[in-house]
Amino acid sequence: MSASDTQSGGDGVRADFTGDNVVEVRDLRKLFPLTRGIVFKKTVAHVKAVDGVSFDLKRGETLGIVGESGCGKSTLGRLLMGLERATSGSIKLLGEEITTLSPGGLRRARRNIQMVLQDPYSSLDPRMTVGDIVGEPFDIHSDVVPKKGRRKAVQDLLDVVGLNPDHINRYPHQFSGGQRQRIGIARALALKPEVIVCDEPVSALDVSVQAQVVNLFERLQNEFALSYVFIAHDLSVVRHIADRVGVMYLGKVAELGNEDEIYEHPTHPYTQALLSAVPVPDPLLRGHRDQIVLEGDVPSPANPPSGCRFRTRCWKAEEICAHEEPLLIDRPGSTHPSACHFAAERDVIHAID
Amino acid sequence: MTDAVIESKKNPDKGALSRVHFDQTAPLLEVEDLKVEFHTRYGIAEAVNGVSFTLQEGETLGILGESGCGKSVTAQAIMGILDTPPAQVAGGSIRFRGVDLLTMDERTRRHVRQNKIAIIFQDALSSLNPVFTVGWQLGEIYRKHTGATRAQAKAKAIELLELVGIPSAKQRVNSFPHQFSGGQRQRVMIAMALALEPDVIIADEPTTALDVTVQAQVMRLLGDLQKSMQMGLILITHDMGVMADVADHLCVMYAGHAVEQASVYQLYERPAHPYTKGLLESIPRVDLKGQELVAIKGLPPVLTNPPPGCAFHPRCRFARDRCKEEHPPLYDVPGGRRSACYYWEEVLES
Repeated sequence: MSASDTQSGGDGVRADFTGDNVVEVRDLRKLFPLTRGIVFKKTVAHVKAVDGVSFDLKRGETLGIVGESGCGKSTLGRLLMGLERATSGSIKLLGEEITTLSPGGLRRARRNIQMVLQDPYSSLDPRMTVGDIVGEPFDIHSDVVPKKGRRKAVQDLLDVVGLNPDHINRYPHQFSGGQRQRIGIARALALKPEVIVCDEPVSALDVSVQAQVVNLFERLQNEFALSYVFIAHDLSVVRHIADRVGVMYLGKVAELGNEDEIYEHPTHPYTQALLSAVPVPDPLLRGHRDQIVLEGDVPSPANPPSGCRFRTRCWKAEEICAHEEPLLIDRPGSTHPSACHFAAERDVIHAID
Repeated sequence: MTDAVIESKKNPDKGALSRVHFDQTAPLLEVEDLKVEFHTRYGIAEAVNGVSFTLQEGETLGILGESGCGKSVTAQAIMGILDTPPAQVAGGSIRFRGVDLLTMDERTRRHVRQNKIAIIFQDALSSLNPVFTVGWQLGEIYRKHTGATRAQAKAKAIELLELVGIPSAKQRVNSFPHQFSGGQRQRVMIAMALALEPDVIIADEPTTALDVTVQAQVMRLLGDLQKSMQMGLILITHDMGVMADVADHLCVMYAGHAVEQASVYQLYERPAHPYTKGLLESIPRVDLKGQELVAIKGLPPVLTNPPPGCAFHPRCRFARDRCKEEHPPLYDVPGGRRSACYYWEEVLES
């Protein structure tokens, strides 16, 4: 943090921040308008991509966000990065509110939050060399590393992520998927951020390479005291890497707890169904697991069900679920918050006999 | 209208297929020493290099491997839908009920496809034609292959949609693919594959594009239908979890080679090939949380320029000098399994 030491607060780089929570999200909402008409555009409805999400991210912690496609987990990541403007709610990064920042202020704030994207093929410019890609953050934040030292800084970064520093003049197509993801990670590390938002960073990779990249994420976290928001749909990878896990369904957090609470003691029916649907790589468990197969598909986020959003697919749903929206609060008999009126523990990942 | 279409209109399949004598006592599908090459700018890539396996009725054979290992190319070769050129079957045989499909004329092959062997692709949205209704596309199979009338074909399409669990099939039969959700589209693909009640179904990564809760639905449907219709199923996937749930036998592929063949229980309990072992170890496990994952070092080889000897040796921790010189044969391992590793005994015991 040599660069940020020389700066004081108020311009986005907060070296003086001493709080526990590097990110604080409160009641965050993002609505995308659905319009009709070409000349006279009329907003006919809103897609509620993220609808009232709150959580904290502690320093050095990994928060896993899991959920199926369309649940708003990627929009949440983009909101944290300031790539989308929040409709309402607040995001505090190192104590500073970033939803209301000017573009310039946002740019300075991003020095502390960076992102690793899902697809290592489309997230790297094919016409730029690796050196240019990884060094681009230094061009934007020109005071971080003096011009002369940039090449060396980029080579150091390549070395840190396990790439050959001599490959600095190569182009992305000369690398494999796993190596490209390492380039993306090096770029995210360039500004020495506090927080990295990882949006499905290993889902495009093959199993054998995936393990290498997951290991890299863990090593970097220890080395640089990073905090991660780790967005993924692969529940076993999230379990391995995350300290706490948030389960999202249709723009809302259904259940939030530490890794053990979510995986071993899930209380929300959706979490239970999700966990039980994950195939376990052990043929001996075949037919010996409490598998919940949900009916139907995820409803449209433009027109979500009233009350509890999961009720249309839930086997526990009753009258109250249609009228009253369950809040994400601690439920009796459980140590972590769950957004279900009938939250109750059920073991879904172990063999039943 | 192409010649092939006109021809099939005149000749619903009974004609073409009745001239072929299928031996009902022969194994359902026998692939022997299959070789497929791709002629590329950078040289010849041996995408499938001597793969053999047998599929019996009612059995599920899993082909496991990472991208580029040749598992989809094997499926396409069996179906006879390889892009030729650049791909070319360079050797081996694919026998369905004792009859070699590779020497069959294209007209007869066309009828074997769909009637006897059908395929389900990964990406249902791009496999369905966006400008025709789902019912039309399902019915087309009947019209082309059995000469059914439009009304008959539509009735069949509704029946099929009901079979795969699409609600209110009567109305949905007139919908277009984009009006279905991802899981429903994959159900339509399954319906399409089942249309002529084939003996073999090849499912090429059928659930990779789906969410886990929908994946569970689709895999359950596929398993149930296979059981009730006693079909042979070839399931191609890279997902070790899905494989453990449904396969009876497994064939693990690496860089075009079948490196290990075993029953699913044997393979998950004690792999006999270092690559299989590496794959199993790289899955995150609960009891090892907080520790580093055991990753396979390095990267899969480039197929136009594979390493000499065993293709896996640069990444293998059991590798010795011998592995760099000669590709190991497929050794018979006790328990009716096979492994292409010189040191399979050592791997089994480790």
